[in-house]
Amino acid sequence: MSTTRQIEFRDALREGMSEEMRRDPCVFLMGEEVAQYQGAYKVSRGMLQEFGPQRVIDTPISESGFAGLGVGAAMMGLRPIIEFMSWSFSLVAADQILNNAPKMLYMSGGQFKVPIVYRGNNGAGGQLGSTHSWSVESMYANVPGLKIAIPFDPYDAKGLIKTAIRDDNPVFFLESERLLSVKGDVPEAEYLIPLGQATVRRTGSDCTIVSFGRPLYFCMEAAETLASDGIDCEVIDGRTIRPLDIETIVRSVCKTNCCVVVDQSWPFASIGAEVAAQVHERCFDDLDHHVVRVHSDDVPPAYAYNLEQEMLPNARKICEAVRTVTYNA
Amino acid sequence: MPTMATPPATQKKLAANLPDQTLRNWLRDMLLIREFEVRSMQAYQNRKIGGFLHIYIGQEAVAVGVIAALGNDDPIITAYRDHGHALARGMDPKHCMAEMFGRIGGCAKGKGGSMHMFDKTNQMFGGHGIVGAQCPLGVGIAFATKYLDEVVNSAASSRVTTCFLGDGALNQGAFHEAMNLAGILDLPIVFVCENNGYSMGTSVDRGTTMAHQITAKALAYGIEHASIDGMDVMTVYDGVKPVVDRCRETSRPAFLELRTYRYKGHSMSDPRKYRTKEQEQQYEAADPIDRLANFLMTQRSLAQKEYDALVKEIRAQVREAIKWAEASPPPGSEELYTDVYADVWGPYLGTSRPPMLDEPQQGQT
Ligand SMILES: Cc1ncc(C[n+]2csc(CCOP(=O)(O)OP(=O)(O)O)c2C)c(N)n1
Ligand SMILES: [Mg+2]
Repeated sequence: MSTTRQIEFRDALREGMSEEMRRDPCVFLMGEEVAQYQGAYKVSRGMLQEFGPQRVIDTPISESGFAGLGVGAAMMGLRPIIEFMSWSFSLVAADQILNNAPKMLYMSGGQFKVPIVYRGNNGAGGQLGSTHSWSVESMYANVPGLKIAIPFDPYDAKGLIKTAIRDDNPVFFLESERLLSVKGDVPEAEYLIPLGQATVRRTGSDCTIVSFGRPLYFCMEAAETLASDGIDCEVIDGRTIRPLDIETIVRSVCKTNCCVVVDQSWPFASIGAEVAAQVHERCFDDLDHHVVRVHSDDVPPAYAYNLEQEMLPNARKICEAVRTVTYNA
Repeated sequence: MPTMATPPATQKKLAANLPDQTLRNWLRDMLLIREFEVRSMQAYQNRKIGGFLHIYIGQEAVAVGVIAALGNDDPIITAYRDHGHALARGMDPKHCMAEMFGRIGGCAKGKGGSMHMFDKTNQMFGGHGIVGAQCPLGVGIAFATKYLDEVVNSAASSRVTTCFLGDGALNQGAFHEAMNLAGILDLPIVFVCENNGYSMGTSVDRGTTMAHQITAKALAYGIEHASIDGMDVMTVYDGVKPVVDRCRETSRPAFLELRTYRYKGHSMSDPRKYRTKEQEQQYEAADPIDRLANFLMTQRSLAQKEYDALVKEIRAQVREAIKWAEASPPPGSEELYTDVYADVWGPYLGTSRPPMLDEPQQGQT
């Protein structure tokens, strides 16, 4: 019988990475402040001590350089984990992560795989202003050849990061600074969570709410509020955006006949729009109302607390959306 | 701490002491590249090749001389003017030509094209179309050879990565980040800047500071550097070989400027208005192929008859490559969705699911 304990999200990430590094000498961790500083957000705390400076490597502030270094190393058969202090900073490495990582296999006619994990904080951290508050999932999800995972809790963080490291494709792993201290049950025994398998966070019969990562907490909150009003929501955590487990979503929508998508990135040409489109294509006859999307407002993130909060998805907005789609039901 | 820059590589007569056959092989390789490029231009004009085509004529001594200084398992990576490197590294001209023809027989099954030549067997890591983008990749390859040798196999670092770049790439952030990382991380990589005087129509002095001495850029990164005449293959070898050897031994990066010239336009649409015919003729008069051929004929035993036979043989080889490429079919539509992800059909689900996945007996993951 395997025992479970409560650990923080950041510790779950570290356990996942460390287990994979013990298992496979080709796995290494590289990024800004990951080694001597013990991680800008303490995700890699203690890893330098365990694995040494050849495998836990500090870089200068040089995202294009080390993101590309990772691709070259992966082409040689290594399995780099490249940490971005924030996905906001991945923009200066765009060419390396969007051109080189996901397209090398194709351009080389299948000769060079790029088994790499890019990981770091994604989404608004809290009053960091426009440059530091990127949610990159929609923008990057547009690119073929990569996978995107967004863990919800410590259990998923560990299970998904391990699978991501073993995956032979580039995986963009989007964590949230706001979740790193969240605690959750994580088994002692090893486990893996496949990429492309959504999970039902709450079962319900009146409306399906689909989301990824941190906004799921708002979805759960909204579902509780709505339950007291007699609206029973099913909350689906997509877990990965690419691959998108549309089957699980469709199954749920066919049952509830209503769907709300919650996506913390911006509405235009977004993952929320993609899920809505696919649900419309697949569930047209089953829907009682068109899919309603909850996004960040279509504006740059502001610094001011009230404006930032106003912009982001929250439980109130989700409740409104659910009431809209279930109005006639 | 990184050791500071050392003076230009000592010009020992290394190439002159190599066996005749080695020098003849270099001549052969340079002739092959030249003939291949001439035929490529024709094929482009005949619309057999699409997209952009960048011709290497004039620069042959760089690829051939540098690659001669490497071991067979030393990786190389370059930019988009890459046919010369691919051929010098040992790619079959058939596969190189078929790639440009967009055929299944191409080195990347027609998915890369002229600018993206890959050859894993010969440790050629591309062909990269974005100026400077190959530099961080080169650093990663060097990181990996060292890591594989030292961490995974508990042995000594044994391989040297060569990263070619154009003079235009000197002005890209990726290049500077790569140089800095290579210096900080002590990586066995030699950056070879092929300074052909121009990036498209921009002469090097209009594009970069210290254009008269671009090795100054290496100084800032504490990287050994030298400037070498890239129009003479023996000089190239003499200059590069000791640097590669030292890089292998010390696991410290190096930066080399190879001064060269591209005889043709930047790509096939370039009327070369930014330079004079006189300048072009001046460089063509010092042609690297003629120089080696003359050396072999006057100082060694190469007979005119042998040279003529070699030229003929190469013409036939390239003609054969073109025939082969033409006979190779275009990639089938099933190739559209292969190689996107490592697992054959990838994780396509939902709307990006390829139609053929829904056809029966295509059973895949
Ligand atoms: C990032 C980027 N910007 C612009 C271009 C368009 N471009 C292709 S080649 C080139 C000139 C580069 O010259 P150089 O590096 O000297 O190489 P050469 O063509 O002389 O071999 C330019 C501007 C590009 N491919 N990539
Ligand atoms: Mg140039």
